[in-house]
Amino acid sequence: MTVQPILTARGLVKRYGRVVALNHADFDLYPGEVLAVIGDNGAGKTTLIKAISGAIRPDEGEIRLDGQKVDFRSPLEARDAGIETVHQTLALSPALSIADNMFLGRELRKPGFRGRWLRALDRDKMEEVARQKLNELGLLTIQNIRQAVETLSGGQRQGVAVVRAATFGSKVIIMDEPTAALGVKESRKVLDLIQDVKSRGLPIVLISHNMPHVFEVADRIHVHRLGRRLCVIDPKKHTMSDAVAYMTGAMEPPVEAAVA
Amino acid sequence: MKKTVLKAGALAFAGATMLALSAPASAQEVSACLITKTDINPFFVKMKEGASAKAEELGVDLSTYAGKIDGDHETQVQAIESCIASGAKGILLTASDTKAIVPAVKKARDAGILVIALDTPLEPIDSADATFATDNFKAGELIGQWAAKTLGDEAANAKIALLDLAPSQPSVDVLRNQGFLQGFGIELKDEKMIGDEDDPRIVGNDVTSGNEEGGRKAMENLLQKDPDINVVYTINEPAAAGAYEALKSFGKEEGVLLVSVDGGCPGVQNVKEGIIGATSQQYPLLMASMGIEAIKKYADSGELPEPSPGLDFFNTGVTLVTDQPVEGVESIDSEEGLERCWG
Amino acid sequence: MSDAGAAPHKQDFEEVLDRSDKSVAAFEGHEKNLMDRLQHFLHGNPTMVPVIVLAISIIAFGFIAGDRFFSAFNLSLIMQQVSIIGILAAAQSLVILTAGIDLSVGANMVLASVIMGNLGVQLGLPAPVAIGIGFICGALAGALNGFLVTKVRLPPFIVTLGTWNIFFALNLWLSGAQSIRSQDIDAQAPLLKFFGESINIGGAQFTFGSMLMVLIFAVLWYVLNRTAWGRHVYAVGDDKDAAELAGIRTSRTLVQVYALAGLVCGIAAWAAIGRVGSVSPQSFQEANLQSITAVVIGGISLFGGRGSIIGPLVGALIVGVFNSGLRLAGVDVLWQVFAIGWLTIIAVAMDQWIRKVSA
Repeated sequence: MTVQPILTARGLVKRYGRVVALNHADFDLYPGEVLAVIGDNGAGKTTLIKAISGAIRPDEGEIRLDGQKVDFRSPLEARDAGIETVHQTLALSPALSIADNMFLGRELRKPGFRGRWLRALDRDKMEEVARQKLNELGLLTIQNIRQAVETLSGGQRQGVAVVRAATFGSKVIIMDEPTAALGVKESRKVLDLIQDVKSRGLPIVLISHNMPHVFEVADRIHVHRLGRRLCVIDPKKHTMSDAVAYMTGAMEPPVEAAVA
Repeated sequence: MKKTVLKAGALAFAGATMLALSAPASAQEVSACLITKTDINPFFVKMKEGASAKAEELGVDLSTYAGKIDGDHETQVQAIESCIASGAKGILLTASDTKAIVPAVKKARDAGILVIALDTPLEPIDSADATFATDNFKAGELIGQWAAKTLGDEAANAKIALLDLAPSQPSVDVLRNQGFLQGFGIELKDEKMIGDEDDPRIVGNDVTSGNEEGGRKAMENLLQKDPDINVVYTINEPAAAGAYEALKSFGKEEGVLLVSVDGGCPGVQNVKEGIIGATSQQYPLLMASMGIEAIKKYADSGELPEPSPGLDFFNTGVTLVTDQPVEGVESIDSEEGLERCWG
Repeated sequence: MSDAGAAPHKQDFEEVLDRSDKSVAAFEGHEKNLMDRLQHFLHGNPTMVPVIVLAISIIAFGFIAGDRFFSAFNLSLIMQQVSIIGILAAAQSLVILTAGIDLSVGANMVLASVIMGNLGVQLGLPAPVAIGIGFICGALAGALNGFLVTKVRLPPFIVTLGTWNIFFALNLWLSGAQSIRSQDIDAQAPLLKFFGESINIGGAQFTFGSMLMVLIFAVLWYVLNRTAWGRHVYAVGDDKDAAELAGIRTSRTLVQVYALAGLVCGIAAWAAIGRVGSVSPQSFQEANLQSITAVVIGGISLFGGRGSIIGPLVGALIVGVFNSGLRLAGVDVLWQVFAIGWLTIIAVAMDQWIRKVSA
């Protein structure tokens, strides 16, 4: 009995004028796994991710979530369906507090009259939930939940963005270059965080250029090239230089790894 | 065939020549320009109306221009240049910057255009061919004399507030202010400057921008300096209306003499209702229509307009309007003022 | 190569991390002198800057100008004098918080007041109807700004520069440059002058207009700090792209901000009639820039996303205090203008200084 993928895409096509960014691309994500997506610049992996996170609508092809066909007209719709994205830019508002940022766009209101008529924010509750979630995922170095996000280090900010996605994401979490801007120690912390999230049962799509990190955390690696999925490889059965070779076209992948 | 074409050609040519010869006859129509400081102030709005009406009556083609705000000198320079280019015979001008506009005026006069300054004399006054203006100094003097005579002996102990126009002290501001003080009997130091007097009866000066908001604020400020003010001079009637509101809120509307200059219909109405004690009425419609007449005359015969005897400008008249006349100062009552008012 | 079920392993080069310095950052403690402490305190509470300036200037002018300045009556008079600019500053703050600017607030207000006046006095409509229509016109004018900024994507400075002129021209056209006299308003629609009424407490005279100013700031403070929409306003001004990605509909929020600002201008119009006593199309020509001055002195960043809305209320009061104090001290109008200019520059410089906090 095979496990069904939680998120699949078949035959995605996206054109920008004469440039074909996605050329009948496929995608599969299985429950509970960390799937890394790698590809050289211009290979179309960003476009692929945008399509499954609702940032763009493909010209052709279909996407299925939990077996149901979906058509996201905006990132909000993808979010409502349970797909959370941690963007490369983090989408955090620098001057607002950690708690504010956690709930940005999904604020909690006070119950009853004050919440409905005066539309009062339930700041205490939001701060409590934020603190709790940060603790759960081990981000204990943050002392004051009210401090502005801009006062945090890069790694701490990444942590907040990841915790936000993990808190609200119910089906899939996408992370776009989470360690790109971080130093050694902070990257380590983020990778640990990724493992924590995975252990709670959420599948993660990880886009990254950093081969060591990819090979460390990924269960499978989706290699994207020339607008389509070239192959999916097992990090335990291939080396990093293999992956780079496939990605850049220096080598053709072996038959059992090649897909479509 | 050829003959027909030739005939047609000849006819066409003749027709065109006749048209060309007859065209100059209508191009002889006189055109004039009216350039005011702004379009906002009702004074200038009335001027425009007066000029347009007279122009239509006399068959003069009138173009009007205005600056965007009081002090917008640039737009007026451009307007003069447009008028020169369009072949106008005369320009009526109320200058925002009475000194800086002189070179542009000279250019117009060199091109043979008659330039008449309206309401605000240029500096020097003979930069224009003629000036049709209210004697602003006299306007101030009349209300000063009225205030002093109304107070009688108490004039020696009066406490006077002076609500002026702007920190830049344009000529109309200076003339009215200094005229008022002289009429009241206060010694002027430099009659070209506001605020240099040292008579202890003067509580102070403040600026109003000539509108109600400024009038209110300036009156409040001066009342704070000395709550016993009993004479208030204002640069124009909107400022006076604002000053009155301030007096009312301080509970001082009775017992304070409020005087102004303009003679607009709302202002004269205020005289009638006892809000303003006396106002000097001026005649913008007359200024403008006389200006158009002068341009037509100049276009027809080359005759230049003459100043009033003894003055270097043509006095279009100023009359004191009050319902409490005093001896020795000629005035008309508010009813008559309403008949002659503008706005 | 490890097997699938093993715990995550570190890269070889990361083995040394176990021995690494675990502290996040270490700073050499240095003597915090008074300036540093002050800077630190102000950094945490930026709105204190204008409050402190206000307090110091009231005390200073009290000494310089005596008790003609420092009386309950004069201080309440200052509140009256700044009430209209204060309300406009509230509208301006909303827009500046989104990293925009609105050069048309004053013209919007005057246009609304002319509409109210013409409907209520010339046409004789019931005053509440005239006032309501004035409010709607203010909000629509603001929404026009919002639409041009978000849908046509023009910079707010350019848009509101244009609408400033448009509203101004409409104002002149509707009013014919004529004011509507105070006495005529009393006869036809006295409700228009409502905010000019006042109550006396002790020696102080509080107009309803001053109270309205405080009320508007209180309401906007609540909206900006205690509702989700308020957070969104700050987020849009702070980092619009981040806000968009976080799921905030930035265009819709922006239009709402500009429309709300326009509505506040409409309310200011009603208060202005009470303050001035007549419907005056020529008044408040400098109100646009004066409202921006109050906002800047109040500590709201022109780059958006930062600052408390209470700041501009204090900023407006500071301007009023300076004008009154200098005047009562006998200083010429020219120097008052000079002083306000320097105040504005110093306010922004102070804001920059307190942002730089060490340790």
